[in-house]
Amino acid sequence: MAIPAEQLKSPVTVNLAWCKGCGICYSLCPTKVLIGNELSKAVVAHPELCTSCRVCEAHCPDYAITVEGGPKR
Amino acid sequence: MNPEIAQYYRVNKLPHIWCPGCSNGIVVRSIVEAIDKAGLDQDKTVIVSGIGCSSRAPGYMNFDTLHTTHGRALAFATGVKLAKPELNVFVITGDGDCTAIGGNHFIHAARRNIDLNVILFNNNIYGMTGGQYSPTSPTGTKATTAVYGNIERSFDSCKLAQTAGASYVARGNAFNTRQLTDIILKGIENPGFSFIEALSSCPVYYGRRNKKGGPADMLKWQRDVCVTQAAYDRLPEEKRAGKIITGVLHHEPQPEYTAEYAKIIEKAQGGNG
Repeated sequence: MAIPAEQLKSPVTVNLAWCKGCGICYSLCPTKVLIGNELSKAVVAHPELCTSCRVCEAHCPDYAITVEGGPKR
Repeated sequence: MNPEIAQYYRVNKLPHIWCPGCSNGIVVRSIVEAIDKAGLDQDKTVIVSGIGCSSRAPGYMNFDTLHTTHGRALAFATGVKLAKPELNVFVITGDGDCTAIGGNHFIHAARRNIDLNVILFNNNIYGMTGGQYSPTSPTGTKATTAVYGNIERSFDSCKLAQTAGASYVARGNAFNTRQLTDIILKGIENPGFSFIEALSSCPVYYGRRNKKGGPADMLKWQRDVCVTQAAYDRLPEEKRAGKIITGVLHHEPQPEYTAEYAKIIEKAQGGNG
């Protein structure tokens, strides 16, 4: 049985205290894992789609995103 | 923050003061990744900056850091390197700091070929002081000091560095972080004046006034206009307009200043030093 998306451990975590809501991560995410909330800050909406490409982490100017796994940069 | 890079930051000073979407943070990350890949000793690495948005960077970086006066980062860095040539010295500067206020220091540090790694964050504007046009603002740029558009021609800081005598010149951008890390790493490996222009973006003062879209749009613009020299050469003539060439633009090793100076000391002391 597939694990429901909301129970899946997300490879992506967002530190909302550091996120300034610039929108770079969810604009660049190729699989739309991240979306903007009402403050335009990044939230993980679809962890099951994450490929750990780390594009969001590399382009987060505020170091607010950490991606586990994926290639070492 | 990813634990892979946390050791290189003063994490207790974060979040930083840069505006939402400012790509300075992305460029700083490329610098620390290059330092990590080069295996430099954190206690033997000095980061020097002048004044400006980019020059706030050393405040967040966990090295020996020096935040100096406007345009004078290269002068202070030259002093550090000459006094202790064994240190790895980086200069973080901006387009205004390096090519306007510090223009003279810039050409002479390049001419001397002193072993500094200079990373110029080019956001095409004076952000910290409210959006005045800078020497790298393209002609026609709207700024608080050019409300009808800037009539001046802009500097190509890479050509300036090369002409002045820098032994390594490269250009990268905040979108292509892997390339940027790679060219900074090659700059570290070059024993001499290494100049790296990193295209940064200022969505607040440059982007809004010049209708460049939001932070992500400005990064995508970099993705679309930046090409390597090899890719540029393959482009048909009509598609070359507006392209910006990135990658290593010039690499020609030359005698390094502190090494030459050490020889003078040796000679003057008649081998008794």
